[in-house]
Order: sequence, then C-alpha cells, then structure tokens
Amino acid sequence: MTEVQEAVPIEAVRHRPEQHAVEVRELRKEFTLRDRKKGRFGRKKRIALEDVTFTIERGETVAILGQNGSGKSTLVRLLSTLLLPDGGSAEIFGNDVVRDHRPVRRLVNRVSVEASFFKKMSAVENLSYAARYYGMAAGQTRDRIPEILGRVGFPEDRRDESMENLSRGMQQKVALARALLTSPVVLLLDEPTTGLDPRSKLEVQDFIREIRTSHDSTILLCTHDLAEAEALADRVGILDRGRLLVLEPAEELKQRYGAPTLEEAFFAATGREFEAENDEDDDDREVMA
Amino acid sequence: MSTIGSTMRAELVGAGGVVERNYYLTKRYIWWDFAWFIWTVANTLTIVFIAKGIEAQGGTLDVNRVATSLLIGAVVWAYLGVLFEFLMETVAWERWEGTIEYTFMAPLSRSMHLAGMGVFSVLYGLLRAVFLFTVCVWFFDLSVPDAEFMAALVVLAIASISFLGIGMMTSVLPLISPEKGTQLGWIAQGTLLVVSGVYYPVDVLPTWMQWLAKISPATYALEAARAAILDGQGLSTMWDEIWPLLIIGVVSIPLGLWIFARGERYAKKHGKLKRSG
Repeated sequence: MTEVQEAVPIEAVRHRPEQHAVEVRELRKEFTLRDRKKGRFGRKKRIALEDVTFTIERGETVAILGQNGSGKSTLVRLLSTLLLPDGGSAEIFGNDVVRDHRPVRRLVNRVSVEASFFKKMSAVENLSYAARYYGMAAGQTRDRIPEILGRVGFPEDRRDESMENLSRGMQQKVALARALLTSPVVLLLDEPTTGLDPRSKLEVQDFIREIRTSHDSTILLCTHDLAEAEALADRVGILDRGRLLVLEPAEELKQRYGAPTLEEAFFAATGREFEAENDEDDDDREVMA
Repeated sequence: MSTIGSTMRAELVGAGGVVERNYYLTKRYIWWDFAWFIWTVANTLTIVFIAKGIEAQGGTLDVNRVATSLLIGAVVWAYLGVLFEFLMETVAWERWEGTIEYTFMAPLSRSMHLAGMGVFSVLYGLLRAVFLFTVCVWFFDLSVPDAEFMAALVVLAIASISFLGIGMMTSVLPLISPEKGTQLGWIAQGTLLVVSGVYYPVDVLPTWMQWLAKISPATYALEAARAAILDGQGLSTMWDEIWPLLIIGVVSIPLGLWIFARGERYAKKHGKLKRSG
C-alpha cells in the first residue's frame, strides 16, 4: 500500500465542510485466538467488529455504549491507525485510515482509559516530547504547555513532579492536555473517566464540554457510563458483540425501545443487562495468538 | 514555507523529540545507569585479566598489547549492547510504560522515529565507551602512546550506521513477540560479535564463520579500532575498513526500515501494537 509522505496541513482539512468528520463503512475486524480444544496449534477466529457503518459530522459528539469486549476499543484503535481492518473502510475528513494514515494521524488524538505516560518523567516532560512528535518545536510549547495544564486544572506546583506520584485523576487531566496540545480535529475518548473518583470524573466531563464549544472538535466517546453518554453526546450508539445496533439521539433511542432510561433501552436493544463499570480495556480479552 | 519544507521540519522536530525523551529518561535513571556502568566495568575487567592470567601461567605474550586488544573488544561489545538496547526499547519499554499506542499513532514517520533513537544511542554509547576505555586503561596502567583515538571514534561512528540498521531489524522482534522478542535481539548481538573476532583474530574461526565475518560490520570496526589504538593508524590508512562499512550501512539501514515496517504491519494486523497489562 502506498504511504502518503506529505502531511496534510490541518487548515486544509478544517475547511472541507462537505465531508463527514468520520465516515465508517462496513468496517470489519477479527482476531485469531489460541484454541486449546483444538490442540497445541489450534486457532479460532473472534469477530471484534462486524460491518459497522456510521458517520459523525464535524463538531458533533457521538457516544458509543458497549460492554467489555463489545468492540469499542477496537473501533478507537482502528480510527487511530493502530489496527488494520479486515474489511470495509474508515475515513477521517476524507482520509482513509489505512491508505492515508499519516494525514489521519495529524488530525486525530485520543485519551484512553489508562493515562499511559513515562512514569518517572514529569507532566511537562511527557507533554514536551509528545508535542515534538506532532512537529511542535520548543518555541511553540514553552508557553502552550503551562497554559493547557492550567486549563485542565493541573496544579502549577506539581508540573515537574514524576507522573508516578500523581493520582489517577491528575494523570487523566495530563492525558487530556496531551491530546489537546496537538489541536486534534477528531478526538477519540476511550472511557476517559473510568476508574476516576466522582469529583475527578465531573472535572474531566466539564472539560470535555469545554472542548466541544471552544475547540471545534469532533468527539467519539466510548464509554460504560450511561449518564455520561446522555449528558455529553449528541447521539448515542449501542455496540454489541461487534455490531452497531443503533445510533441516534438519546431521547429517540429511548422512544424507539419504549424505555424510560438509557439502561433499559440498552437492555431492550441487546437483550442483556448493562454490566457494572470496570476499568478493563475491552480489547484485553482479545489476546491474539 | 512549502509543504515539503514544513513536513521535513516537522520530521526533524519529531526526531529531536525522541532524543529529548531519551535524555529525560536517562536523567531520571542516571543512578541506575551508573550501577549498570559498574557492572560493565567489572565484566570488562574479567576479560582483560585474561591477558595477565596467561602471562602468570608462563605464556609468552605482549601483555600490554593483548590486554589493550581484549579491552577494545570488550568496549565494542558494550557499545553494541547500548545501541541494541536503546533500539529494542523503541518497542519494549514503550509497551511496558503503556505509551506505545500514543507513539505509533503520532504523525512522525517511522524512519525519523528510529533515527531519533539511533542518534541518542550513538551519542550515549560513544560517551559510555570512552569512559569505559579510560577507566580500564587507568586500572591496568595500559600504555597506548601512539593511539589515534579520534580515528577510532570516527570509525566506530561510521560502523554505527550498519549497527543501527541491524538494530532496527532486531527492534521489531518485541512487536512480534512481546514476551521473548527482546531476548532474541541479544542473540543477534552475540552472533554478530562472535563471527567478528571480538577477542581473537578472525583467522582462528572455521571457514564458514570467516565468510560471515566478511559481511559483519563489527569485523571492520574492530580491525580499524585496533589499528588506530594499537598501531597509531590514521583514517587515511583505513579505507579498506571504511568502504565495507559504508556499503553495509547503505544496505542495512533500508533493509532495517523495511523489516521494521513489515513487523509493524504484522502487529497492526494481529492487534499486537498495544500496551501490555
């Protein structure tokens, strides 16, 4: 496959309103797992995503609800260019995630359930080197990093402290700062508040609202948290065993299933109870042989 | 600035970011690095003591020359270890810290990402090699009056192009096998040196190993370093060692990048480009 060598200037992409921000067509991904029942070299296929199709418009926030193993993280990783699909396609502002992976990488950033930093390094050091990967020189980040850390409510006196000394909530704020530092057009949030204490969760949610209004970002939010999905998203989708069952505004979704709450709508759509929140990455069960 | 110009600038800034990250990490782990350096010194001393041991058992040899020759082999071994360690950490350490997904989804090209790792590992490795050599020369009171140290360093730097190419090939192994990939990289390092005459002349090897020695960059690096330090030869007399190093470098870097790209594609296909735990 041809690698696109030249980065697409972010300004060039932002002014193409005729395109969907995210367009996913019949996207399919399956993993090969070890099958001990079939002997030492036994293998079996596990479908992670099955013909998933949807679009997200520029500036829109879409939440995808799903249980562990439903394929949420697989979807985020496909859109992040970290996985190759087995079928279908996905585009970010018209750039194919496989063929045009470098422009896509310039347009997308993400926050996942694990903050994921070099733990001996400080918040400023982690943000600094990460910004360089996006072509931001020291002159551009000298003021920008303190400013963005201030915006996410990160205490000034802890900026040079090792990440390992910070709470999960603090680390997640730095993760949000890292994602925003590169001015992404599409922000992928994979359970960004899972495992946070209630106060940190509210702070992160408030910040996501602020991003929506001030950054002109398109947001795909994968979450276990039904209330979070309802509060933050313009439309809510239900992903079950790799299939996207529905994607529409929360109120319409509830009406469709005649359910007073999103949880009951989820049950009606999937035939299963919505399981309790935990911080397990849904891909972790898809251990490949 | 043109699109190509701004892209090139972004790539260079990105490669600088890799160097910057490694600088921060080295700074944070500096005392662990110091402890590791002591281990390297101890290991090197045990090898150089072999020359003294042979003399003590009645062997006839120029102890100063043999000890220095062994020291050069041990220093190159340690230098190669640093290079391979940094390159393998491209994947292994990032996977352990959980940053691998963020690094591999960044718009920095893989060639510049690996180049950044290579530049830092060469600078750090050369600095460490100089310290190691100095400490051991002082310990054994070795005499190298004619040594052309600058020529030895330049040849080692030229050889590093080939070493980095081979290192890129091995650094993909932790992508394919998160559990055992790193160990396989050490096998490559050991194999490279055993056929290159690390502590002995290549002539003593079996014929088939001597053929392998001809395509190993370490062979030429060791020969040139010994010629510079033991015999005081300058760069102008080392063309026989330098041109094979340049050819191997020109082949190994693109080959290393190609193999890494294949490994990355495999990892993306099979879902292995992810954090562990």
